[in-house]
This record gives sequence, C-alpha cells and structure tokens, in this order.
Amino acid sequence: MTRPSTHPDFLWRDPGPRPSYDVVIVGGGGHGLATAYYLARNHGLTNVAVLEKGWLAGGNMARNTTIIRSNYLWDESAALYEHALKLWEGLSEELDYDLQFSQRGVLNLAHSLGDVREGRRRVEANRLNGVDAEWLDAAEVKKFCPVIDVSDRPRHPVMGATLQRRGGIAKHDHVAWALARRADAYGIDLIQGCEVTGFEITGGRVTAVRTSRGRIAAGKVALAAAGHTSVLAELAGFRLPLQSHPLQALVSELLEPVLDCVVMSNAVHVYVSQAHKGELVMGAGIDAYNSYGQRGGVHVIEAQMAAALELFPIFSRVRVLRTWAGIVDVSPDASPIIGRTPVENLFVNAGWGTGGFKATPGAGWVYADTIAHGRPHPLAEPFALERFTTGALIDEHGAAAVAH
Amino acid sequence: MLLIPCPFCGPRDETEFRYGGQAGVPYPAGETTDAEWAAYVFTRDNPKGWFHERWFHAHGCRTWFTVERHTLTQEIR
Repeated sequence: MTRPSTHPDFLWRDPGPRPSYDVVIVGGGGHGLATAYYLARNHGLTNVAVLEKGWLAGGNMARNTTIIRSNYLWDESAALYEHALKLWEGLSEELDYDLQFSQRGVLNLAHSLGDVREGRRRVEANRLNGVDAEWLDAAEVKKFCPVIDVSDRPRHPVMGATLQRRGGIAKHDHVAWALARRADAYGIDLIQGCEVTGFEITGGRVTAVRTSRGRIAAGKVALAAAGHTSVLAELAGFRLPLQSHPLQALVSELLEPVLDCVVMSNAVHVYVSQAHKGELVMGAGIDAYNSYGQRGGVHVIEAQMAAALELFPIFSRVRVLRTWAGIVDVSPDASPIIGRTPVENLFVNAGWGTGGFKATPGAGWVYADTIAHGRPHPLAEPFALERFTTGALIDEHGAAAVAH
Repeated sequence: MLLIPCPFCGPRDETEFRYGGQAGVPYPAGETTDAEWAAYVFTRDNPKGWFHERWFHAHGCRTWFTVERHTLTQEIR
C-alpha cells in the first residue's frame, strides 16, 4: 500500500510548562515518550508533562542502532523484553504510523565451543520462556546470511549462531515521533528546552522540580534520562549503581541491499544491520572510561571495523560516512533499574545500558504502571533498586551482546 | 582518544592503558549493614565533571596510578 505524503508540519504542540502536573517525566527520549503515552492510554493520566533539556528524542533515541530482539537468558529479562517485542509487533497499527518495524531476524554468532554451548543453552532457555529461538550451524548461517565468511580463515571462525526470526529493526525517529504525536493528542505537554536543575523534597517526598524554565509542582516525578540519570539522582540526594560511558556507532555510505538480517557477535564485537535507506549501521562496545562527552576513542572504531571485516570481507571497500557516541548508563549486572527510589513519589527507569531501544514500548508500559500505582509492575519488580542489596542480580552481560 | 600521563613513562596513548574506575574508594570499616556493603560493592560516583580515577599502564610499565579527568571535556589535570 502506498500512501500519499500526508506528513504534517508539526506532530505535536510546543507548549511552555504549566505551574503544576500530576506526573512530571524527566527525559523526552523513547522511554519518556512511551511512558507518557501509556500513562494516558492505560491509566487515563493526562495531566502529565515530559521535560526535555534538548529537543525531543535527540539523545540516545537518535544515536542507537535500532536493533530489536528478546533473546535474553534469564526469566526476568526474557519476560520484560518479550513483552516489549509483542508490543512492537502491533505498534505501527496502534500508533497509526509506519515505524518501519522489520522482523528480519537477528543472528548472534558463536566463535568458540564455549560460545556454541552458551548459544544452545540460550536457545533452550528462550524456548522455555516462549521466546522464538533457533540454533543454526555454520552452513545454515551461511544460507541465512550469504555475505558472512564462515570459512576457517578468520581468527574467530563462525561455528554457528542463535537466530531469533522475530527480531529485527525499526526506524527510531518514527518511533519517537509516533509516540510524541499520540501523547500530545492525549493533552500531555511535551516541553523541550527545559532542563531540570533540582528537586524540591519535603519530608522525604518529592513535591516539585526546578527547571531552567521555572518551578513545576509535581505529584509524582519519573526519571527517564538514560546516561544522565546519575546526575539527576545526585540532585535528588541519592546515588545509583550506574556508570555512564560512551557507546559508539557508525554508518557507511548508502549501499544496494546486501544484508537483510541483523548480525551480532559478542566475541569479535560488532553488530551490524542495513538500514532501510541503505547504510550499514554498526555498533561497538562501550568505551572503557566514564564520560558524558558523546564522543569516544577512534581505537574502538578500529577494533569494531576489524571485527566487521573478519566476518564480512565483502565490506572491505565500504566507506564510513559518520561516527558518533551516545552516553549509556551501565549497571553492575547489565540490567535496567525500574521502580521506586529512596525519595517517595520519585521513580527511576535507568540502567538500560547499551540496549534500551528494543525495550521502548515495554519499558514505557511497565514504568507507566509503576508510576500510576506507586508500586512496581510485576514485570518490573525483579529490576528494582533493592536487588543490589539483596543480591538477587539479573546478570545479563552475555545477552546484552555488547562488551561492558 | 585520550593522552594519559603515566607518572613513570610520560604521556601515552589510551590504547596502552586499562581503566580502573573511581579512585580512593575506602573499604568499609568495622561492622557494615547490607546497604553499606552494597554501596561499597556496586555504587561508584558518576559525576559530570572532575573525577579521580585509576588507570593501569598495561602495555607499558604496569603501574597503577590516579588521574583527575573531566568526564565532559576529557581534560586531564
């Protein structure tokens, strides 16, 4: 179906802040917008503001590699990411906006016997959790993705891969715009150029946020600021087990269709897909040091390109068009932190590290429910801050598929 | 890419080093609550600004040392 171009000039209003809201969401990225949308849709809460210090979805939402999958190892993660994936599967229709959600399949490559065992284990774990998963041997990988070199030549030969056929990519900007349009239609104020500079806390309970555009009273405040969450938590007087790092990505020049699936490799460390427009989109691991600089080291890109060329010799003449970095907040167990904080009525959704995009609708769903009811959504409960004290960690360093 | 001043070898490229996180995190003294222990194990400062941190000259003299780096501008002093 082709539709005439009916793209309106503006998809949402550009309001200034009102003096008071029931809920103030800090951070106008994918998670903040999804949270606002589901607060209205699922809980009828529309006296809500989303505060964004820059412009809507101009942070990590504009900087990620758009991969969507739910093949996580542990039950808690599989449940959360699969919830998100199921929402993705109906989201274009629901939001009446083509998100270019493309379930082209995600391969996670195995390069050693250890990887093979781990991959097979994950396939079984995924299936037990109702997540689609298959194991492919090297020949099947070659058949599924013909441009991969599966010979013995590379230093880290491809010995097989897990495949999640329902995984894929979506157009990140469209996701943000579609959610913003719907949240706006519910009457939610999406306020750009509005930086939170402090919190007013009375008797252990948050009552207002101070911003670059004045004081805003708030019944509840919900952080959704990814890499800058530690900075906000410090303003509110508590610490979170998060470290902010640059995560780099790059795109190539535009190519004819050459790669019609997503390929990830933990051992040699690159993940690549081809965008609808034609660029190869490649991600690396995080830079080692803490940073808010939105720029990383060139040596990380070099290592990432070396890995890509081992796997795809066909890409050797491809030119890099641009590189960039987003600031990701990494938690000690590579799982997000969702739920209450030491300050009453102040909620946190953070620590998604390198993989927040795939969770966007699921995170918004469970976070909105948590905020609306003042207690964790059942899917979010295991991801509460308390797990670092109880020791009930959800150690997903492997499934994150990005070096931390 | 960072140019990191190793106190023994002088300024060297970041690729020669390994990162060690926040410097000067004290081991909890005496009896600790679960929350204090969790904070010691899992929680580190994460400032947007100046940060005291440890670096290890892994491909050089293998010295551990502390530098002060600005996490936004990457300036080292």
